[in-house]
Amino acid sequence: MRSGVLICLVLGTGAFAQTVDVKEHDEVRRIHGRLQAHPVDKPAAYKVTIPNTTISYEMVPVPAGSFEMGSDAKKDERPQHKVNLDSFWMQAHEVTWDEYRLFMFAAQAGEVGHKDEAVDAVSRPTRPYMEMSFGMGINGFPAISMTQHAANKYAEWLSAKTGEFYRLPTEAEWEYACRAGSYVAPSPLADYAWYAADSGGKYQKVETKKPNAWGLYDMLGNVMEWTLDQYGPYPAGEQTNPWVRATQPYPHAVRGGSWNDPADAVRCTARVASDASWKQQDPQLPKSIWYQTDAQWLGFRLVRPAKVPSAEEMFKYWNSGVEHDEQ
Amino acid sequence: MLYHGKTMKDQTGSSERRNFLKATTGALGAALVTGFPAIISGQSVTNAIKIGLVGCGGRGTGAASQALKADDYTELTAVADIDQSQVDNSMATLKKISKIASRVKVEPSHVFLGLDAYQKVIDAGVEVVILTTPPGFRPKHLASCIDAGKHVFCEKPVSTDAPGIRWALETAEKAKQKNLALVAGFCWRYNDMIKDTFQQMQDGAIGRLVAYYATYYTSPVKPMPAASARPAGMSDTEWQIRNWYNFVWLCGDSLVEQAVHSVDKVAWAMHDEPPISCVATGGRTVPAEGGNIFDHFDANYLYPNGVRAFVVNRQDEGCYNENADYIMGTDGICTIGRGPVPRIEGKTNWTWSGEKYDMYQREHDILFASIRRNQPKNDGKRLATSTMLAIMGRMAAYTGQEVTWDQALNSQEKLIPDHIDWNGSLPVPPRPQPGVTKFL
Repeated sequence: MRSGVLICLVLGTGAFAQTVDVKEHDEVRRIHGRLQAHPVDKPAAYKVTIPNTTISYEMVPVPAGSFEMGSDAKKDERPQHKVNLDSFWMQAHEVTWDEYRLFMFAAQAGEVGHKDEAVDAVSRPTRPYMEMSFGMGINGFPAISMTQHAANKYAEWLSAKTGEFYRLPTEAEWEYACRAGSYVAPSPLADYAWYAADSGGKYQKVETKKPNAWGLYDMLGNVMEWTLDQYGPYPAGEQTNPWVRATQPYPHAVRGGSWNDPADAVRCTARVASDASWKQQDPQLPKSIWYQTDAQWLGFRLVRPAKVPSAEEMFKYWNSGVEHDEQ
Repeated sequence: MLYHGKTMKDQTGSSERRNFLKATTGALGAALVTGFPAIISGQSVTNAIKIGLVGCGGRGTGAASQALKADDYTELTAVADIDQSQVDNSMATLKKISKIASRVKVEPSHVFLGLDAYQKVIDAGVEVVILTTPPGFRPKHLASCIDAGKHVFCEKPVSTDAPGIRWALETAEKAKQKNLALVAGFCWRYNDMIKDTFQQMQDGAIGRLVAYYATYYTSPVKPMPAASARPAGMSDTEWQIRNWYNFVWLCGDSLVEQAVHSVDKVAWAMHDEPPISCVATGGRTVPAEGGNIFDHFDANYLYPNGVRAFVVNRQDEGCYNENADYIMGTDGICTIGRGPVPRIEGKTNWTWSGEKYDMYQREHDILFASIRRNQPKNDGKRLATSTMLAIMGRMAAYTGQEVTWDQALNSQEKLIPDHIDWNGSLPVPPRPQPGVTKFL
């Protein structure tokens, strides 16, 4: 049965079967088979047009390397610790409504006339009851208010569509990409970020401020971005390709600050912990696993690791296992 | 829980520190109650308030969780529904919430099924009843609760027809006489952000109110299944109740069941005074075999001094969606729902900032605090008049006639059958035809 975002909606007799089909392993294997036919290209920026649509996005290479993750600014950013990362590509801009709505509405993705079993089998958001941009704009604007589960499923869907492996960035990958080789905050911040001082109280079109040194736009500000990791204290020691896989629905680590935040929250090392209150406007229980009704400053972008993982690893990236948050 | 509205002027130079929206992270209801320790003095901790839930769908389950979170000394002890599996899902969901799990104490003997199950919950020793069934049943459920001396959380709308409204108005008065709480599920009245915005307007921020335009364009709620999906042998009554959103007698139609939230904000802006009259259009563009509701309305209310309110709604797939309010005054315009926070533009420039609090939780925080303080909150009158305002718009659309407030409130059209037999036949009246359908 549908649930979606039912703001102020009274359903006396709604049946709610929101179980995630966790035996999606076969589906992941099918997508995985498709990926291996795609050799990894040389590390250069490139453009992807989503098949059967005119919607496209840029992928920017992020070189393998090491950096000191964290800072002394806040308790949850300590201790600074060395992190080594493999190379990946990252989407140059936050996922826009133009892109995300293809995932929400199969008809808009040209999938009605072009049946593709692997694409078809990815679970998709319930139809939203309300208009989810809340009047802040759609064409060219970042998608918002999705759960981390929804972002993971978008990555799976986009992988099936394009034959390239996508997932959310880990917290370390996100911070490394945001820093773009620098330990100095971009200045003046308003040249690089939409934040409380210059956003006018809403999100803005992507790629309308300067990119960072690696060509990534809006890493700081505009909308906060989901990462793969559970939010928690940092370890002290050196780490290689760290990923804190979630064991509970809250909190996940969210990065970059948003149009709603002051400058001190719009930093590459600043961390935000996701919270159950981000769904408070959904009056139903169980709440939707697809929408964060009260997170109008929350979006995401994806990475494409240079190394394609096994089907088993891919399954873990796309299925957190903690998408059902009871509250 | 803290919030404050500021004008743009006040914020000059301080915008660096400003958050438009603050994410709530603190404890919710318990904090409110513990803020008033005197409330529970004299109450032994073993003397918990017992709660009954009538209607165990998604909203009923949500409301039950909020009731249990609102006050640490509450217990859910009896429930009613038409379907055991819905009860099972609801209880399982509530028991997963660690903060309240131990207070979900519904014994199998206190699970009641069927159309008379609500009365069994009332009679099961509870003190507060949550009414969250389809709204057609509400006037009777509400009256039975108040007759039996129970406090009530009553979801919107309170009725689907005018006789039910008149009954609810009597019930609301009776609740007042009996010192019983009756909190209504018109949730925006419990939303700090919207309350603050209306306060700005009532303090003159847009001058004299001229017109109110509200949109409620959404996707369909619970579309009618094909007739072939009906299990063999299922009675009309059961089929209709299981698909309640598609039948006027049960849901009241979309203007009354959903867009009533916008209608309620119109009533709020008009200080809960009734309009003079209403003219409306409406119809159905997407076929829904077997049901008899419209899928769009456009209602135009006339108030004293030529003030107008326009409420439009639609429940179709693939169309432009919007849920917003544009409130126009002689000195400015207030906009709600276009962008994350309300704003006022004109002689006064104002935008809301502050920390959001869960409005559904607030309803129950206030309900239980008012019971503890023996100052029961009673929203019953405006629950009935706001619902009536929406029914009036539906009447104008269905008949194609201008309808006055007095006509609407005194309408003799009774949608609820006198006797509802779970196994009985229940013919569905045809979908209304403007210009043909008579006002009754």
